[in-house]
Amino acid sequence: MSAITSETARRRKVRAPYFLLIPAIAILLLGMGYPVVWQIVTSLQQYGLAQQFGKPAPFVGIDNYVELAGNADLWWVVLRSLLFCVVTAFLTLAIGSLLALLMAAVNKAARLILQIGLLLAWAMPVVAAMTVWIWLFDRRRGVVNYLLDMIPGVEMNRFDWLAQPSTFFIVASIIVIWMSVPFVAFSIYAGLTQVSDEVLEAAQLDGATGWQRFWFIIAPMIRPVIAIVLLLQLIWDLRVFTQITMLKDAGSKSGDFDLLGTYIYKLGTSSQDFGMASAVSILVLALTIALSWFYIRSLLKEDAQ
Amino acid sequence: MRFRKPLLSALAIVIALVWVFPVYWMVSSSFIPTIQLQSFIPTFFPAPATVSNYVGTVADGSFFTALGMSLAITLTVVFFCLIFAFLASVAISRFRFRGRTSFVIAVLVVQMLPAEGLFIAQYKMVSSVGLLDSVIGVSIIYIASVVPFTIWMLRGFVAGVPADLEEAAMVDGLSRFGAFMRITFPLLAPGLVASGVYAFLQAWNEFTVALVLLPSESAHTLPLWLRGFVQASATKETDWGQVMAASTLVAVPVIIFFLIVQGRLTSGLVSGAVKG
Repeated sequence: MSAITSETARRRKVRAPYFLLIPAIAILLLGMGYPVVWQIVTSLQQYGLAQQFGKPAPFVGIDNYVELAGNADLWWVVLRSLLFCVVTAFLTLAIGSLLALLMAAVNKAARLILQIGLLLAWAMPVVAAMTVWIWLFDRRRGVVNYLLDMIPGVEMNRFDWLAQPSTFFIVASIIVIWMSVPFVAFSIYAGLTQVSDEVLEAAQLDGATGWQRFWFIIAPMIRPVIAIVLLLQLIWDLRVFTQITMLKDAGSKSGDFDLLGTYIYKLGTSSQDFGMASAVSILVLALTIALSWFYIRSLLKEDAQ
Repeated sequence: MRFRKPLLSALAIVIALVWVFPVYWMVSSSFIPTIQLQSFIPTFFPAPATVSNYVGTVADGSFFTALGMSLAITLTVVFFCLIFAFLASVAISRFRFRGRTSFVIAVLVVQMLPAEGLFIAQYKMVSSVGLLDSVIGVSIIYIASVVPFTIWMLRGFVAGVPADLEEAAMVDGLSRFGAFMRITFPLLAPGLVASGVYAFLQAWNEFTVALVLLPSESAHTLPLWLRGFVQASATKETDWGQVMAASTLVAVPVIIFFLIVQGRLTSGLVSGAVKG
């Protein structure tokens, strides 16, 4: 009798997790799985305006990808996106690390003030932050031009930051760095607090200078945190659709200001070319997954423990 | 050497002020009369404060339509996200079964997928079933994109409640369900709050998918409304006072919730449950 009940209990135990997973798997297949599959299929079809009105989409194999490979516009967008992503992510990491070190070096009150300042910036919704920054960089009434004008010898002459791609992307980068530094600073500071004081004191007694202590003790211990934070920044800085869209609203609609996200949006909405838009989307997904792989592997290690 | 610490502390405070300046600027300007903002010399303190910008911002009622839309979508997302993620997190943290690792990998991969790489397909899918401009269409996509991280977050909390506690309660005569509801669930509450606030923030702030799936102005959520508000005022002389008032209205609930979850995230771990 008891043997039978424990047998059914065991079998129920094995089935239970699958039932528990049904809702999550169902919503993921519907909201993410189906779109990914549709996109892969569509990227292999000719899917333009005619197909929007019900004409069947002919299968064209990798024609869309071949056409994209020969498209100079796309290559510029890809290059720009990668450059923007890498420069912004590394600057964010550098500034975030310095602020984390600063947090560790100052007294409690100053640290609290710095943390509150960073937290408030971190908490700002992207869209609201963008409106404020667009105003700060406004050519006529912006605070940035006003303050730069106060420096002796500098004449901004109502400089329009959003008119040329070079200054446009500098502004975009400043805004993204401002938004992302708090996360980096807090994560690395949390890593720094794990470094034991005794070890540092022992090193100091043995004659290690501040720089040596940082380079030989602190840096190796926080390397895993830095690697993960950098990876996340690289991935996040590829997806800056909101920021670029809002800046383009305030500046120029020209294609010279597009990054991958806004480029796909344009392909899909104004030219209605879903085949091409899907092919570029697949490129973005592949790029993200390639970058994410190391991050996912480190999370899996954590899960195994 | 003696002066280093005070110097660094002063530097930290200066950096804090620089970092918080845009947030301050938004709130401060929202209380400054339009006439004064039109001057070419910026006003750094809202000395004669006014609420006229707020009155002007909400005057045409579109703010409340967008607020209603945002609330409907956000609450739907938080509700289903918590249920789905909770069930899944129990499965992966309490059971070892075939396919568990594959599921965990799938969740982590999906979590990384950017909206930019999917919105064309999501638009096509949602429009083909006639759910553009509806709460349901956009909510399905939001739940799918928020659920992975919520599962990951809750997994830690569920794993933090020792199964021994539950079994001890069962030995003391509670049913499995009773033990779960009376012992595990209360210990999980902080985790559910943290995950719920996370889902709230994601859905409340989301811009990209909303832009694609909610094309009609009457269906706009708050982020879209705010962007439309800026665009509308850009055709004439931009009324920055009203734009800042609108931004403050959108940002304040987010900032409050964010500050709550910051503390909860750390205190939510129940490692002391057995010891205490």
